[in-house]
Amino acid sequence: MASISFQLNGKQQTIDADPDTPLLWVIRDTLGLTGTKFGCGGGYCGACTVHIGGRASRSCSVPVSTVAGLSVTTIEGLSAEHAHPVQQAWLLEQVPQCGYCQPGQIMAAAALLATKPAPTDSDIDRAMSGNLCRCGTYSAIRRAIHRAAALKASRASAQPDLAPPDVTGFAEGGAQ
Amino acid sequence: MSSTRQIISRRSLLKTGAISGASLLIGFHLPFAFAQDSQQAPAPSPFNAWIRIDADNTVTLTAPLAELGEGLATALPMILSEELELDWSKIRIVRAPFHPEWYGDQSVGGSGGVAGSWTPLRQAAAAAREMLIAAAAKIWVVAPDSCFAREGAVYHGPRTKHLTYGELVETASKLPIPNFKTVKLKNPTDFRIVGSSLPRIDVQEKIDGTGKFGLDVRVPGMLYAVIARCPTFGGRLAKFNDTKAKAVPGVRHIFAVPSFPPVHNQEGVAVVADSTWAAMQGRKALEAQWDPGPTAKESSSSIHEQFVALAAKPGKPIRNDGDADAALSRAGKTTDAVYELPFLAHATMEPMNCTAHVRPDGADVWAPTQAPSWARGTVAAVAKLKPESVNVYPMLAGGGFGRRYHADFVAEAAFASHRAAAPVQVVWTREDDIQHDFYRPAHYQALSAALEANGNIAAWRHRIVSTSIRAYWDPPDRVKPEGQEVSGATEMPYLCPNVRVEYANPPSHVPVMWWRSVEYSVNAFTVESFIDELAAAAKQDPVAYRLRLLDPPRKIKNIPWPDNNLLDTERLKAVLKLAAEKSGWGKSLPAGSGRGIAVQFAFNTYVAQVAEVTIGKNGAVKVDRFVCAVDCGRVINPAGVKAQMESGIIYGLSGALMGEITVENGVTKQNNFDGYPIVRMRESPVIEVHILPSENDPTGCGEPGVPPAAPAVTNAIFAATG
Repeated sequence: MASISFQLNGKQQTIDADPDTPLLWVIRDTLGLTGTKFGCGGGYCGACTVHIGGRASRSCSVPVSTVAGLSVTTIEGLSAEHAHPVQQAWLLEQVPQCGYCQPGQIMAAAALLATKPAPTDSDIDRAMSGNLCRCGTYSAIRRAIHRAAALKASRASAQPDLAPPDVTGFAEGGAQ
Repeated sequence: MSSTRQIISRRSLLKTGAISGASLLIGFHLPFAFAQDSQQAPAPSPFNAWIRIDADNTVTLTAPLAELGEGLATALPMILSEELELDWSKIRIVRAPFHPEWYGDQSVGGSGGVAGSWTPLRQAAAAAREMLIAAAAKIWVVAPDSCFAREGAVYHGPRTKHLTYGELVETASKLPIPNFKTVKLKNPTDFRIVGSSLPRIDVQEKIDGTGKFGLDVRVPGMLYAVIARCPTFGGRLAKFNDTKAKAVPGVRHIFAVPSFPPVHNQEGVAVVADSTWAAMQGRKALEAQWDPGPTAKESSSSIHEQFVALAAKPGKPIRNDGDADAALSRAGKTTDAVYELPFLAHATMEPMNCTAHVRPDGADVWAPTQAPSWARGTVAAVAKLKPESVNVYPMLAGGGFGRRYHADFVAEAAFASHRAAAPVQVVWTREDDIQHDFYRPAHYQALSAALEANGNIAAWRHRIVSTSIRAYWDPPDRVKPEGQEVSGATEMPYLCPNVRVEYANPPSHVPVMWWRSVEYSVNAFTVESFIDELAAAAKQDPVAYRLRLLDPPRKIKNIPWPDNNLLDTERLKAVLKLAAEKSGWGKSLPAGSGRGIAVQFAFNTYVAQVAEVTIGKNGAVKVDRFVCAVDCGRVINPAGVKAQMESGIIYGLSGALMGEITVENGVTKQNNFDGYPIVRMRESPVIEVHILPSENDPTGCGEPGVPPAAPAVTNAIFAATG
């Protein structure tokens, strides 16, 4: 067991845990935020996607010790009142069906838009193919990402992002 | 709509009996497609759904159906708002807690949610509307037929004179409830809500992380468990050593878990801990030995050998028009094909799980379930409680697709909580979920046909051999193995005087059950692939060939399910034509690309799909585009229908292009999304959905999008490769 400190959704947290515990279980079981989902435990499905230092990551495969001193954002901390352009676009395009994978999809899409404000379809294929949806909402997700890009562009001057996340190396994460 | 936030209000609703102060309450009964199949279903209560109108103008629909993502939670309030003349923005829906004495069976399956609710919900809403109008007429001392209802109020003559429903409930609640059978329903030409694409009511909680799924249940004092299950289907626990597992920090209890046949056949060892991770680590450290039992002799290869042997001889005749065998032997030349389909896993995004708190006097159970009645009966049996002392709270479910009809995961949670004497959440890992599923059965189907010179079919023989759902579940003395296994094949709609459909099944212990669209997905694949083979043999266009053989207009009976609607070949033709037209059927495509079509009548809905594929240099298949035409009767919410069709296509594609579960010595070889891949963003095609306008009663959409997807793709591959 070790004492580990990191920022979760802007708030300092110190937990006592086995350093190998995946971040996912610390978030869900120890800190009680259940918006981040368990899907596969192996980085294949993306349901557990969170931002670590702004970068989209599979929290099921990240030992909590590696986030010491870093800043972690979950779906609950993405925005106040689901005002993030990606969430707004998800609402406008009526993306969710069962909804289970959607927090992970939204976190992956938000990370994509932070580096590519106007992603092409092939950018979307690359960035989003690590996030599985068994309800098959992919075409709605694609529409929503384009719409979020437009929303973001229209409010860009009002609210600049803080630190642009780095998604390099993430795109093909997971299986295959 | 469904979250732990609402559990308290649900409980208080139960305690107060839903009636407090001035309110108008109308109870009614919603029938369900699969209720008659559930042996655990309690006797139906007279009412299982309620419309309540309060003095503050709140209208509440309490309906007993789980929302699995298919949009029922939006479609039902739309029907209510239409018939009761409500302001759509002011209605709320409360998912009923499971309470069969009040709500009857609440199972969701068979694409029956909207179809079964349409008429009863309209009748109840119309009765409420008539009572509110009568109340206003009484207050104003005017004739009821001089008043009308609109947007939550009753008006008389000039629209300025009105009373809101809230102002009328006290008077209305004292009036007699009109007879549902004779109550006047709205004329569909006056519909303002039904038929429009309204936003789903459950999106918000699914984009901000607040929606509570089964795995998100948190109860004070709760422990987490994972179970080491015998890897062989139906095997037994020989012994286990928990010394190392107990040394893992956070592990609290370790005990054997018995099987509870037929609901649950996997003996195991539960590791209960303070956190999910600690339980998983404990399981890793556990040393267990298993007695694999007779299933260890079973493999996909041995099942294949039995399939081949059975397909070499006649099976049990299910449909027998004319004499197909004689016509085949008379024919100089026959067209023959064999199709083999593997077991498939459901792979819902949320792995199986259940949280139970079993106490000596009763139990609370939070389950992402499609069948709360089965869940409740199972908990009562496992924990030796009276069923009425068990409360089941259906949670948001991360996909169902038939898998969540089961109660195996519920049985485990009830047992674990009972033994640990604490609330316990049993978590299945993805590996548990894929290795201990109840799979879509494996099939081996042999088709033979004789063609006349003009391409007409002189004989059609369809030999279906599969592992049987019925045989797996039913006691041997009442086995009738050909239930769903032949659905879609017996209604083979193409004109032919000599049709024989046969069925045979080898004994198998591999767990099988309903997989989204059940065996329609298999039989649509074989029938629609074979009809393309015949079109090719007859050198005719696949669309023109089908259309010709769907004449003259006929109504075809569903032999295993005689109560289902008849297949209407005219409606089948209409979706075929629409899909073909919208896809640009007949227009040329680049070399290496091809179009394929398939059509299927399933769950009383007609769906045709055209797939466009491109074959890469390495032979890889890329599905570029899907065009789908659907006739599901009157459409409640077109956006919902489109979403379900898209969903069904992707689900069908995953099965067609990548999914395969193989069994080796009684153990499933695949265990995660690496070995059991499903369609990803980059593999998902552009999808267009076209809805046929219809005045028929609505039919379901959750499943019928699946069956044509696989044969449309394989037919397109055939067209692309020649």
